Amino acid sequence: MALSGLDIFKRLPKTNCKDCGFPTCLAFAMQLAAGKVELEKCPHVSEEAKAELAEASQPPILKVEVGAGEEQFKVGEETVMFRHERTFVNPNAFAITIDDDMDDVDERVKKIESLKYERVGQILKIDAICVRNKSNNRDKFIKVSEKVSSLTKKPLIFVSSDVETLKVIGDKLKEKKPLLHGADTASVDEFINIGKSTGCPIVVRGKSFTEIMEVTEKMRNAGIKNLVIDIGSRNLKEDFYNQIALRAAAIKKKNRLLGYPTIVFPCEMTDNPLKEALIASIFVAKYGSIIVLANPSPQNIYPLLVYRQNIYTDPRQPMQVEEKVYEIGSPNEDSPVLITTNFSLTYFIISGEVENSKVPSWLLVMNVEGQSVLTAWAAGKFVPEEIAKFIKRSGIENKVKHRSLVIPGYVAQLQGELEDELGNEWKVVVGPREAGEVPRFLREYVSS
Amino acid sequence: MEFQVPKNEYTGKINTVKLGKGDLEVKVGGETALPFHTFEGEIPNKPIIAIEVYDSRPKGWPESVDKYYRDVYDDPVKWAKKCIDEFGAEAICLQLVSTNPDVGDMKPEEAAELTKKVREAISKPLIVYGAGSLENVAEVMKKVSEKNADTSILIGWAEEENYKTIAAAAMGYNNNVIALNPLDVNIAKQLNILLTQLGLPPDRIVMDPSTSSLGYGIEYCYSAMERLRIAALLQDDKMTQMPIICNLAPEVWKVKEVRESEERYPEWGDLEERGVNWEAISAMSMLIAGADILVMRHPKAVSLVKEIIKELL
Repeated sequence: MALSGLDIFKRLPKTNCKDCGFPTCLAFAMQLAAGKVELEKCPHVSEEAKAELAEASQPPILKVEVGAGEEQFKVGEETVMFRHERTFVNPNAFAITIDDDMDDVDERVKKIESLKYERVGQILKIDAICVRNKSNNRDKFIKVSEKVSSLTKKPLIFVSSDVETLKVIGDKLKEKKPLLHGADTASVDEFINIGKSTGCPIVVRGKSFTEIMEVTEKMRNAGIKNLVIDIGSRNLKEDFYNQIALRAAAIKKKNRLLGYPTIVFPCEMTDNPLKEALIASIFVAKYGSIIVLANPSPQNIYPLLVYRQNIYTDPRQPMQVEEKVYEIGSPNEDSPVLITTNFSLTYFIISGEVENSKVPSWLLVMNVEGQSVLTAWAAGKFVPEEIAKFIKRSGIENKVKHRSLVIPGYVAQLQGELEDELGNEWKVVVGPREAGEVPRFLREYVSS
Repeated sequence: MEFQVPKNEYTGKINTVKLGKGDLEVKVGGETALPFHTFEGEIPNKPIIAIEVYDSRPKGWPESVDKYYRDVYDDPVKWAKKCIDEFGAEAICLQLVSTNPDVGDMKPEEAAELTKKVREAISKPLIVYGAGSLENVAEVMKKVSEKNADTSILIGWAEEENYKTIAAAAMGYNNNVIALNPLDVNIAKQLNILLTQLGLPPDRIVMDPSTSSLGYGIEYCYSAMERLRIAALLQDDKMTQMPIICNLAPEVWKVKEVRESEERYPEWGDLEERGVNWEAISAMSMLIAGADILVMRHPKAVSLVKEIIKELL
C-alpha cells in the first residue's frame, strides 16, 4: 500500500519469467501496487522480499477480529481521514456493558440480543457484549463471564484490572476469541504471555501516546499485533482529540505503533442515556472502532445504528433499495399506482410522503442502479422503453384493475411516449415535482 | 519514545458574520480549524442553536414535541420568547410557511410586519426562512428586509434563480443572506461568486447545504460540509469560507422514526426519547461536519447539544 510499483519491482527477481502470468516483472509490480494481484503469484520471490512487501502492504491501521463464528466482527483497516475520500472500511462495533454485580444478567443479554433491525436491506445490530469486573471479585467475574458466554454468540469484551482473572477467562474462552482489556506498561509482559497462549485480541491502554507506543512496540516485537488502543481519559474533549490524533498518526505519519483500531467508552463519560448516545454518535463519525455503551434502550440504540449505517455508506455508490412493488398502507385493486427510482433517499422520502397522505398506494420502485429520478432519466435508465418493461415484469397488472400510473413531475415529458410504449393500455398521469406535494396530490387524485 | 501529533496546516479562515444589532449581536464563524479542532486553531465563536417559530399553527406535530409549544401556537411573539426564556434558544428562526400560496395566504407585507414584531420583542438574533417557489421567497424577503432595515437579520433563501432579488434586499437594508445549495460544493461556490459579484460582502453570506435527517441521506450533507470546510481552511478557497446554517428541524420532525408510536413499533422504544435522539444525533453530525448555526425544535435535544458543544470547546 505504501509502496509504489517501482519499489516493489526492486524487490522482485527481475527475470521476466512470466510464471506470474504477466509479461514482465515490472508489469506484475504495477498490478501489485494497484492491489489487483497477490504476491503469491510469483513463485520465485525471496522470503526476505516477501516479509518486506507484506509489512509494507499492510494497511496503516491493522485489522483486528473479535469473536468467532458468524457473529465475529472486524475493525480497523481504515485508510482515510474523511469519508468522501474513500469509503470507511469496517463499520465501528457497538458493545453494551454487563457488569458482574448486576442481578439481571439473563434479562440484559436477552435485551441486547433483541436489538436487531432491518433497514435498506441491511441487518443492524449490537456487535458485542462488554463484561466489566465491577465487583473486584475474581470468582464472581469469572462466573458471570462464563454465564454471559453461555447465553450469547456475540463477541465478548472482558474488562478487568486484574491480569490473572483475564488470563483465566482468556484460557477458558479462547475458542471464542474475546477481546481482553487490557495491557499497560506495567502488565505488558503478562499480556504477551496471554496473547501467545490464547490468541485473543488485547486492548492496550495508556494515558499518553508514548505509553501506548511503549506497549504496542513490546507486543509487536513479541509477534502480537491483534491489538486495540484505549487511550481514553473518559473526558469527551480529550478523547475527541485522542481519536483524531491516533487516526492522523496512523494514516498521515504511517506510525505503525499507533496503527491499530481503537475502543472508546461513552458509558464512562456520562450517566445520562441520551447524552451517552450523543457522545457515541461523535465517535461513529470520528474514528472510534469499538464504542461501548451502558444503555441498551432501543430509543438510544436504533438511531445510533442508523447513523453508523449512514456514515459507513460508500459515498460514491448511491444507496439502493430493492426493485419491487412496495405496498404503502394496505392498498387494494383500486389504489393509486406511483413509480419512482431505487435511490434509497428518493424511496425513503417518497414512501414517507405517501404514508403521510394516508392514501393506501402501490409504489413501484424501479432499479436504475440507485440513481435519483432526474439523474436516471439523464443517464437513459429511467426512460419510457425501460419503464414499460419494468411495469410488465413488476406484476402490478395483477394487483390492480385500473390502468393509471403516476410518474414524477420532473419527467412529465415522458408521458406520451410511455403511454405508447405501454401499448396505450395505461394512462400516464403526471404527479408533483416535489415529494412534499405528494400528500395533497394523492388526496385530490383519489377523490377525482 | 518520540511522538509528534500530526497537525493540519490551515491557510484559510471562516468569515465572521454578525447577526443582530447592538446588545443582541452574535458572531458566527471566524474559525481557523476544522470543527472542534481546538488543538489546531481558533474557534472564537461557538456554534449557535436557533429554535423554530412558525407564522401559523403547525399541523401534525407529534405529541412528543407539540406539547412544549401548543400554548403559544397562536402568538409567534410569545412563542419566540418561550424558546429563548425557557428553552435557551440562542437565536430565533421564523419559518414563514404561510407565505407559500399552497399552504396559507399570508401576504409579503403581513410576513414583513410579523417579522418586525417578533424581532422587536426578542433579545436574540432573528433568522427568517421564506417558503414556496423561489420567486415567492424573493418577493417575501424583499418586504421582510425592507421592514427590518439595518437590523442584521438573516434572510433566506437565495438560489441561482432568485439571488438577485434577495441580494438586493439584503444590501439595500443591511441584512444577511442564506445561500442554499443542494448538497453540492460547486453550486455553493458558484452561488457565493454570483452574490459577491453583485456587491454583497462575503461576510453577509451564510451557506445552507440543504440539510437532511438522520437516516434520510444525512451522510451526503455531512460530506458536502466536510468538503466545504476543507476547501475553506486547508485550501484557502475564499468562496467556501462562509459560515454554515443547517435548517434541521423541519427535516427531522417529518420522518416516521420520530412520529410513529411505540405501540406500533415496540422495537424502536420510547417515542419522545427516540425523537430527541434523532434530532440531537442529526444536529451533532452537522456540527462535527461544520455547522455554525443549527435550527432545532425539541427543547431536550437543544439542551443536550448545547451541553456537548460546551464540553467540546
